[in-house]
Amino acid sequence: MRTLWSFINRYNAFFLFLIFEVTALIIYVKNNSYQRAEFINSASGVIGRLNTEKDQLYGYLALKEVNDSLARENAHLRGLLKSSYYIDTASKHKVTDTIYKQEYEYIIARVINNSVNQPNNYLTINKGSEQGIAKGMGVICSKGIVGKVIYVSDHFALVQSLLHKDSQFSAMLANDKEIGSIQWNDDLDPHKGILKDVSNNAQPKVGEWVVTSGYSLFPEGIPIGKVSSLHTKGGGYSLNMEVTLSVDFSKLEYVNVVDNKFGKEQEALEGQKKKDE
Amino acid sequence: MSRAIIINLVRFVVLVFIQVFLLRNLALYNLPVCYPYILFLLLLPFGIPNILLFSLAFITGLSIDAFYDTPGLHAASCVILAFVRILFINITVSKEGFDNEPEPTLSVMGIRWFLAYTVTLTLVHHFFLFVIESFSLSGLQYTIGRFLASSFFTIILILISGTIFFRRKERK
Repeated sequence: MRTLWSFINRYNAFFLFLIFEVTALIIYVKNNSYQRAEFINSASGVIGRLNTEKDQLYGYLALKEVNDSLARENAHLRGLLKSSYYIDTASKHKVTDTIYKQEYEYIIARVINNSVNQPNNYLTINKGSEQGIAKGMGVICSKGIVGKVIYVSDHFALVQSLLHKDSQFSAMLANDKEIGSIQWNDDLDPHKGILKDVSNNAQPKVGEWVVTSGYSLFPEGIPIGKVSSLHTKGGGYSLNMEVTLSVDFSKLEYVNVVDNKFGKEQEALEGQKKKDE
Repeated sequence: MSRAIIINLVRFVVLVFIQVFLLRNLALYNLPVCYPYILFLLLLPFGIPNILLFSLAFITGLSIDAFYDTPGLHAASCVILAFVRILFINITVSKEGFDNEPEPTLSVMGIRWFLAYTVTLTLVHHFFLFVIESFSLSGLQYTIGRFLASSFFTIILILISGTIFFRRKERK
C-alpha cells in the first residue's frame, strides 16, 4: 500500500493529468453534438445494437401500459364521434304526390337494435315522438318496406318488422295490379315472404315485382320483393305465392319512417263507417 | 505569497477579458486565431503544487470555453499544457536553484529559455486544441495550417507582452 501510494505520489502529475484530461474530454464530448455523433458512429457496432436490444425489451415490458392507454384513448375518441351524440333534429323530407293530393313525410332514423331470427322480430330506431313519429306509422328503407311503428317513446320507437307473425301489409303485383297481402313466410326464413289472397284472375309470373298497394301505411309502389314460387300450399279461392323479400333485414342501418298526413283522416272516416254498421 | 496570488488573479482576469472580448473577434484572413490567455498558465510560479496547477488550468480552460461555447475543448488543451509544463520545467530547471517563489517570466529566465518554453507549450496546446476541435482526419491540411499560423500568432503576442513587462533588474 505504501509503495503504491509513493508510486502514485511520485508520478502525481501524470495521474492528475489523466483525471483532469478525461474530465475535460467528457465535458467536451457530452456537450458537442458533432463529437457525440462521431463517437456514437464509431461505437454503433456494439453500443448501437445494445441500445436497440434494450429498447425492444423495454418496449415489450411496456406493452400492457401502452395497450391500456390506447384503449382509453380509443374510448375517449369514440365518445367524440358524431355517432355517439344523439341527433336531436330530425331531418325530414316531403314528397308531394300530385295525383292523389296526398302528402307523405319521411323521417330518417337509424336502426339501433334489430333481430331477424326470432318468431317475432322487432327493431328499435333512434327517433321518437319528439321527432314526430307516432304509433302506426310505416317504416321503409331504400330497398323496400320494413315494418310499422308499434311503440313510441320520446326519443326512440319500436318497429314491428315484416318478419313478425302478426305483420300483414297490403300489397299488389306490380304488373297486373292485383291486390293481396304480404306476410312473413311460416318457415321463419328472413328472406322469404308470402303474398296471400290474390284473386284467381291474376296471372303472376316468377320474377314479377311485388309492391305496396297504397291502401295501407305506405305510399303506392314501394318494392317488397319478387315472386319466387307459385306453388305454395293453401289458397283455394285465391292464389298464394312465395315472395323473395328485397330488403335484407339483417343489414338494416337507416330507415325512413313514413308519416301519412291523411292517414288519420282516412282512419277516422273508416272507423265511422264501422261504428254506423 | 499573497502578492503572488493577487498578481496571478489580476493576470488571469485581464488575460481572460482580453481573450474573450478583444481577441475572440480577431482572426487574420480567417485562418489563424490567437490564444494568448495561456500566458497565465505559463507564468504561474515554479513552486506551485501539481494539483493546484491542474485545477487552475482546468478552470482557465472552462472560463474560456464558457465564452467560446465549446465546453471542454479549451479545458482539455489547458490540462495537456499544464502536464507538458511540469515535464518541461522538471527537465530544464532545478528546483533548488530558486527561492522567493520566482515566476518563469522573460525577465527572470532569459530569452533563450523563455522562447523554448513558450514555443513548446504553445505548440502543444494549439496542436491538441485544433485536433480535438476538428476531431477527424478530413481537412487535415486546413487544421495543420491553422495550427501553425495560430501558434506563430500566439507566440508573437506572448513574446511582445514579455518584453512589455520586462524588468532589467530582475535579470540574473
